[in-house]
Amino acid sequence: MKESAKKVKAILAKYPDSGRDALIPILQDIQDELGYLPTSAIMQVGAHLALPSSKIYGVATFYNQFRFQPKGRNHITICRGTACHVKGSGKLLENAVATLKIKPGQTSRDKLFSLETVACMGACGLAPVITVNDEFNAKASPAKLNRLARCCKDEITQERENS
Amino acid sequence: MADAIKLNIDGTDVETQPGTTIIDVATEAGIEIPKLCQHRLLSANGTCRMCLVEVEGARTLLTACTTPVQPGMKVSTRSEQVLRARRSVLEFLLAEHSLDCLVCERSGDCRLQDYAYEYGADGRQIAGKHYERGVEEPGEVEADNPFFVRDMSKCILCGRCVRMCAEVMGYGAVDFASRGAETKVATSFEMPLTESSCVFCGNCVTACPTGALQPKQGARQGRAYEYEKVRTICPYCGVGCSINLHVRDGRIIGSSAVEGPANRGLVCVKGHFGHGWIQDEDRLTRPLVRKDDGELHPTSWDEALDLVAERLRTIKSKHGSDAIGGLASAKCTNEENYLFQRFMRSCVATNNVDHCARLCHASTVAGLATVFGSGAMTNSNWEFESSDVLFITGSNTTETHPVIGAVVERGRRAGAKLIVADPRVTDMAYRADLHLQHHPGSDIALLNAMAHVILAEGLEDKEFIENRTEGFAEVKEKVAEYSPERAAELTGVPAADIIEAARMFARERRGAVLYSMGITQHSKGVDNVKAIANLAMLTGNIGRFATGVNPLRGQNNVQGACDMGCIPSHLPGYQLVSKKELRSKFERAWGSPLRADPGLTMIEMINEAADGGLRALYIMGENPMLADPDITHVKEGLENLDFLVVQDVFLTETAQLADVVLPAASFAEKSGTFTNTERRVQLVRPAVSSPGEAKADWRILCDLAARFGQSWGYEESAEIMSDLSALTPSYGGISYDRLDPVGLQWPCPDADHPGTPILHTETFARGKGLFSPVDHRPPAEVPNGEFPIVLTTGRMLYHFHTGSMTRRAPSLHAHVPTGYVEVNEQDAGHLGIEHGQPVKVISRRGGVVTQAVVTPNIKQGVVFMPFHFAEAAANVLTNTALDPVAKIPELKVCAVRLEPQPWEGARGCCCETSGESDAFEATNEGSD
Repeated sequence: MKESAKKVKAILAKYPDSGRDALIPILQDIQDELGYLPTSAIMQVGAHLALPSSKIYGVATFYNQFRFQPKGRNHITICRGTACHVKGSGKLLENAVATLKIKPGQTSRDKLFSLETVACMGACGLAPVITVNDEFNAKASPAKLNRLARCCKDEITQERENS
Repeated sequence: MADAIKLNIDGTDVETQPGTTIIDVATEAGIEIPKLCQHRLLSANGTCRMCLVEVEGARTLLTACTTPVQPGMKVSTRSEQVLRARRSVLEFLLAEHSLDCLVCERSGDCRLQDYAYEYGADGRQIAGKHYERGVEEPGEVEADNPFFVRDMSKCILCGRCVRMCAEVMGYGAVDFASRGAETKVATSFEMPLTESSCVFCGNCVTACPTGALQPKQGARQGRAYEYEKVRTICPYCGVGCSINLHVRDGRIIGSSAVEGPANRGLVCVKGHFGHGWIQDEDRLTRPLVRKDDGELHPTSWDEALDLVAERLRTIKSKHGSDAIGGLASAKCTNEENYLFQRFMRSCVATNNVDHCARLCHASTVAGLATVFGSGAMTNSNWEFESSDVLFITGSNTTETHPVIGAVVERGRRAGAKLIVADPRVTDMAYRADLHLQHHPGSDIALLNAMAHVILAEGLEDKEFIENRTEGFAEVKEKVAEYSPERAAELTGVPAADIIEAARMFARERRGAVLYSMGITQHSKGVDNVKAIANLAMLTGNIGRFATGVNPLRGQNNVQGACDMGCIPSHLPGYQLVSKKELRSKFERAWGSPLRADPGLTMIEMINEAADGGLRALYIMGENPMLADPDITHVKEGLENLDFLVVQDVFLTETAQLADVVLPAASFAEKSGTFTNTERRVQLVRPAVSSPGEAKADWRILCDLAARFGQSWGYEESAEIMSDLSALTPSYGGISYDRLDPVGLQWPCPDADHPGTPILHTETFARGKGLFSPVDHRPPAEVPNGEFPIVLTTGRMLYHFHTGSMTRRAPSLHAHVPTGYVEVNEQDAGHLGIEHGQPVKVISRRGGVVTQAVVTPNIKQGVVFMPFHFAEAAANVLTNTALDPVAKIPELKVCAVRLEPQPWEGARGCCCETSGESDAFEATNEGSD
């Protein structure tokens, strides 16, 4: 059995004889443990709860909190709340998609970046807001985002040269 | 019954029962309310909003599909406000809908299109981004499976497919994913359907009210208004589903499900998409005769039939009439089977007539006839949705009788307990409340032990036993020997599970047993059946609604072929040939003397052929060269015959050995009747003409009889029915004019009789039900050092019987192109067998090479092979050991060993998509 499957098994063991009402807590536990919800984990959950995997996928995609790809080394979120939208977060997102070559919910192939949109971060005074690895960046602009992205890349290049 | 509720709809006063919804009462009253998401088999979800109606005093418009009626309600279904609301609902739907009706297959058969026209909505009122995107990117089309296309740009999210898959079929292959404007119907992780748990029944396609789901068959060949729909009966399993064949310019371009009494609009993948073989280029079009060069050559009907008549007459005069045998067909109509046995009995003068029921339910016919007096399914298909507990044993119901599988699923969802006894973890076993994974061939120990527990705990139905049965004391004594602990040793099922199963079955009010080949295809098949009957009588589960002993018949007309007397001991209607008064009735009607001694059964005929006692065999629509056990021996027998006639639609493995091959019409080319598993006689209608010179089997038989000096004079199949019903009491009241549209369930003794959905309601056919003590005994062949593994055989979903039809149905064959052997993953590990690897399966009778499907879903020490595939014929391996009474061979158990073979070419398994992901799919949940 693969490492991740063992971890999922251990999580499921905490929910014996559970019904569908345990689904979301289980998915949250798995995401906490693995960082995302792999296909195999959803199959395991389905077998445990006697739920079709399509149902679980349906529930998981309904909520914004669940991911189906591992996070990148740098996880970027862009706020799409009203204030941020008015302040141009739409353009910000377009730019991020173009620069990073990934869509929201995806992780770049080199695993360097992942991108996500959120509804509101509650920091409307700083709009438009983005976070990089949970660090807030106020009054973001496409240029600022590009700069941040370049910094991340440089950091990696640096590391590689050092090692 | 509760007081009726009175209400008013569109000015009309109507009355109905409490709990009825507005839409149902309106439909009853003939008032049509438009609907897109509502479906009679599905839970109401009220999502489409097309059924909005105005109810006086209500704050808003209400959805008629979810609103129960209230006394004094005043409902308007077509007020100005209602019409306006519906129009805007349509505008919203159409704004997101790809409007390519010009090229859409469903145009003319699309409810959205109909309503758009009726309400004058065109989707231009709200030009949203989805509409624009729809124009720019018309295709999120999934077309990689051979059966149907998913075009999500036409999906209106009514959820019918989602509910059909989850609530009715029990698979849940698709569900709603994402949210808001992004919501879509998707499989898990949006994988293609071929990698999901989808079984391609296409009931979602039938239910889809738009073009989002379209069958691939018939694409670009004609739309609903361009083809004729011919209603007939599916030619595959015994469920008896009604289907439409789509005919344009004399060709069948497609097929679809249709509402019928046995299927209520459902079908399986074979019934829906598996009729391509009808127009296959391999169809026989001219009679063939083997000439001196040893090859089959086309010839005229006259030459072929003259030759058959002359050779049969010569053999008869030289070796006696019992040197000739006949095999009738469970694929042919009742009328044809009736004529076939009439030909054998009156023209050839032998009772050597049998058919493939010998290989499937001979044990049932013999067993149930002894204990109940009638060897057929006691109850009807759709009763199981109302049962309280369902005990399924030896039946892979969802694959072999998929529509009954759906009925069981509906029963389970309605709260019925489900107990499944099977050595394999079938879908049904996976869904079960309790799965008893017993050793193949240990059924009697299991059933006796359940009876033991029921008696020990006083759960039996004392009143029923007292009033309706006899022989109870002997059974009580016998089952006392089968403690759960002893049975646990014999069956491999934990004693606690046996006790639990017994309690579960006995404690509910309506308990039904469903069984199939897993019970009958044993050298003790009759005793297995008796043990089931004991269990049902013990719990009083006979003669009532939603209970009974229910053998699921495997062929479309195997019930009918038995009813028509294509068995060596019985004339039509199970009238014994040995009884003089019954025989003389037929002698008078047929104008020729009949033999009193029962003839040979199928396996006995093959054995006699090999030994030289049987010189000629006339086979109508059967393929013993794949279907019978120990094919090597069958071939020996057939080759040893002086004369072999095969009448079939294809040059089957058996026909290839024949001296004369007669080309027959398929079910789609003739009229007649089929009798399904619930004893329902239904009409079969011709859709197209036969290819070349092929003729309906009954016409061939008439022509042949004429050459024996018997002029039967039938012009229509209906005339045959009126003759046979006059001689067959259980069919006495059956005539074609009574069979449209729902058929009749026998016994139907006279023209006013409504048919019999439930047998043995007042008394048993034999008077009292007979308890019969039966003992466990091991299978004829048990594993040993040389052959350490048990082989069990059976069907799989995508193919049927010897594959002569399904392997020529392009979609089915493309989906599952070849055979396999299922091996337990632990066993595979020990034997060094990998998934998809070629393995040789060897029994005492022969060996075949096929590929391994490594799975946790089969018991250790057991392997499973489907028998459809000539290139890996399971029946090369199987044992011919017979049940002493029913003469059914033990197809379900023989001993084999496995030898892994070197990989050829690329690694991988053809069946990757057909079963592997299913293992993880669960089924307990419906949509919200």
